[in-house]
Amino acid sequence: MKASFTVNGQAQEVDVPADMPLLWILRDILGLTGTKYGCGIAQCGACTVHLNGEAVRSCQIGAGALEGAEITTVEGFGTPDEPHPVQKAWIEMQVAQCGYCQSGQIMQAAALLQDIPVPTDAEIDDAMSGNLCRCATYPRIRAAIHLATTKMGGR
Amino acid sequence: MGKLKTATRRAFLIGSAAVVGGVAFGAYLVGRDIPNPLVDHLEQGEAAITPYIKITRDGITLITPRADMGQGAYSIQADLIAEELDIDPATATLIPGTPGPAYYNAAVLAEGVPFPAYDRSTMAETARSFMSIPAKLFEIQITGGSSTVPDSYEKLRLAGAVARETLKEAAARRAGLNRSDLTTENGQVILPGGTRIPYTDLAADAAALDPIAEVELRPASAWKTLGAKRSRMDMAAKCTGTETYGIDLHKEGMVYATVRANPGIGGGITRLDDTKARKVYGVRDILPIHSAVAVIADNTWSAFQGANALDIKWGPAPFPENSERMFEALEAALGSEESFDHRQRDDGNVEAALEGGADVEVTYRVPYLAHAPMEPMNALVHVTETDCDIWVGTQIPLFIRNRAAEMTGLPADRVHVHVQKMGGSFGHRLEMTHVEQAVEIAISLKGTPVKLVWSREEDMTHDYPRPAAVARGRGRTEQGHVHSLDLSVAQSAMTPGWMNRLAGMAAPGPDATITTGSWDQPYAIPNYRVTGYRAPDMVPVSSWRSVGASTNGFFHDCLLDELIHAAGADPLAERIRLCMDDTSRKVLEAVGEMCNWDGPDLGYHKGRGVAFCMSFGVPCAQVVDVTLTDAGIKLDRVFVAADVGEVLDPLNLEAQVTGGVLFGLGHAMNCELTYSDHKPEQTNFDGYTGLRLYQVPELRVKALTNGNRIRGIGEPGVPPAAPALANAIFAATGQRIRELPLNRHIDFV
Repeated sequence: MKASFTVNGQAQEVDVPADMPLLWILRDILGLTGTKYGCGIAQCGACTVHLNGEAVRSCQIGAGALEGAEITTVEGFGTPDEPHPVQKAWIEMQVAQCGYCQSGQIMQAAALLQDIPVPTDAEIDDAMSGNLCRCATYPRIRAAIHLATTKMGGR
Repeated sequence: MGKLKTATRRAFLIGSAAVVGGVAFGAYLVGRDIPNPLVDHLEQGEAAITPYIKITRDGITLITPRADMGQGAYSIQADLIAEELDIDPATATLIPGTPGPAYYNAAVLAEGVPFPAYDRSTMAETARSFMSIPAKLFEIQITGGSSTVPDSYEKLRLAGAVARETLKEAAARRAGLNRSDLTTENGQVILPGGTRIPYTDLAADAAALDPIAEVELRPASAWKTLGAKRSRMDMAAKCTGTETYGIDLHKEGMVYATVRANPGIGGGITRLDDTKARKVYGVRDILPIHSAVAVIADNTWSAFQGANALDIKWGPAPFPENSERMFEALEAALGSEESFDHRQRDDGNVEAALEGGADVEVTYRVPYLAHAPMEPMNALVHVTETDCDIWVGTQIPLFIRNRAAEMTGLPADRVHVHVQKMGGSFGHRLEMTHVEQAVEIAISLKGTPVKLVWSREEDMTHDYPRPAAVARGRGRTEQGHVHSLDLSVAQSAMTPGWMNRLAGMAAPGPDATITTGSWDQPYAIPNYRVTGYRAPDMVPVSSWRSVGASTNGFFHDCLLDELIHAAGADPLAERIRLCMDDTSRKVLEAVGEMCNWDGPDLGYHKGRGVAFCMSFGVPCAQVVDVTLTDAGIKLDRVFVAADVGEVLDPLNLEAQVTGGVLFGLGHAMNCELTYSDHKPEQTNFDGYTGLRLYQVPELRVKALTNGNRIRGIGEPGVPPAAPALANAIFAATGQRIRELPLNRHIDFV
């Protein structure tokens, strides 16, 4: 089937089976490899992107659900030269170790801060516990989210 | 000819500095020069004064041969060179280098000597230094064993200093001055009048010189970069999705592949029906390969879908069918004469001391564990008539080169291993099954690049896990103190199987990893014995972050804690009293101060546990505070003290320690691989959860620097975590849990 949608503001059209996950459309067809494969069953959050402004697991969104969608991936979020405030907080706190899960962590954290500009630790735990980090960078993830709230004027 | 001779002499400078003890041996092979691999590829006007630094007119390249799995190895290696070379490492290009003998790891085998790490006697130190010799002869280019910093600490600073002085000499000759009148700063030589000459302008002159060998390393007090808080060089890329990992690579004309292999590793295939798989969208071909079936497709998802559609009947695995049978085999080995492997600790007379019976007699068991790094195993391979290129995140590039040469029939120097950034490893990338599979596929698709990616399920079921193990402990107390401790540990050997997979041969003799983390602890217990028993080979097993200490740290410290409680002694005070190593004692004292151990009682339903383990030469003590809530145990705080000799990067040290502690806690609480019908029952992160944010306690880390040897910190945070938590649960609940994972016996919130 054909599906037309935007990724990071750019129009895209693909012709793939309806059940092909957005994750693999991004990575293998559109060449946007910042979004990572970790589990394929919505258990790790490494593939988190924003779909119409909400954080979703791109491994669970088939092409059939993409018509007209607006998708933001980590590539559309900020760059090393102009990082998004959440990314700035991540860099300042030196969060990443292997870094493989961090695209997903950052996309999830940004969605959290859209909903709750000044989250408590409990709200952070709630929103972020679906994102696995095998290096266990968690203490700095918590700290970076708090730092990001100040950078974004939330506190 | 002149160039060749100079190159050889240059290489010798670094070679001779690194091979401690080589002269004493006088052996030709040990003393021989290792060619500088950069020299063959130099253009006119380019200089490679050492194997670690290449300077051209366009810029400076630093070669960082230890691989980065996420532990920050590239940054620390660059910083070590830059500190002496006087450059801003951020301005240099970092490359992992072509795998080669020049980059052997002199430190990785040093902790394998039969001396505990706290033993700094001449004999122990000599034995350690001699371990660099087999590392060199067998071309051991490995990243592992927390050895990157110990191996690089002098070698890379020396490389930087030799290059700096040689560049100064080049500038001095050009200006008609003495080298001693010149200084360097930020990639430039500064003449007395203030004129600055960039290193890049001096490359051609320096290439014609003999390197300046007489250099003095700067003391830590003069460091500008090392020791200071700073940003890791890969941080911005990793926080913006722009870091490229092996799994992200794309080559023109590439096909995608995955495999389905027998989850009963070593078992074959008895029947294959690929009719359905061939009809899957995007599947190009199905290729049976050595003990697996490969699916070739237009994208990764189609390859995975194709693999799911394969109808395969597996042959029986060469190991017991389920966990119950495996633990029976471990228990049968424990204490049996024919399974005796080694006894490296036998102080006093344990048999006599326990003749009248033991005060404590207990058994422990720990499960198989998967490495499960976030990035599943993958490799991109391109085989042509003349060359084999392999892009892979690996800790063992030379073993991969050699194996690929055997498989393709190409000479080793036509096999090019391009080491990639890794999305974690925890030891899994010390294995190369996935690379062998990719090479085999690429041989049959000669001329076409093949990117093999394992699904998470393939990664989890074809891991070489941390071995399961059982232990029996007993001991006696006398007059309120621990008087005897006798620990026996049984597990399958991990080292011989691993060496066989890598090199097709393994050294005979005992496998010290069975008791590493138990036998080598710095305690003066009057009657003290640790015995290793070698269970039969079952599931093929491998190194998992902290290796032998990951199991032994739990056995040894939990047993000691039980004995201390039986003696009615204070858990921290008694460990300090028994400790015979100053550096370790200070670590225990430090953790006591951090948590205010002697302060007021924590309160109702709260408990505090302490644990200590020395691993990879690093003494590490941890205190865990927990609360028993209505829903289960809540982790409140963890205090950690460790001594690494010298802190090179305080922020990364804290990251590695907290990461290691949480890795240890998460697996101790929540993780096991169980087997049924010859396969692991946990195949993805739904059944193997690790640690998630809601369970993460507050952590405080203190690094001490009393030790006289610099050590690496990637692993030593792991071993004390499980026992500190188990001891804390006992303090809060009175329940001794002697089996991991702990959630078999108690809930966590």
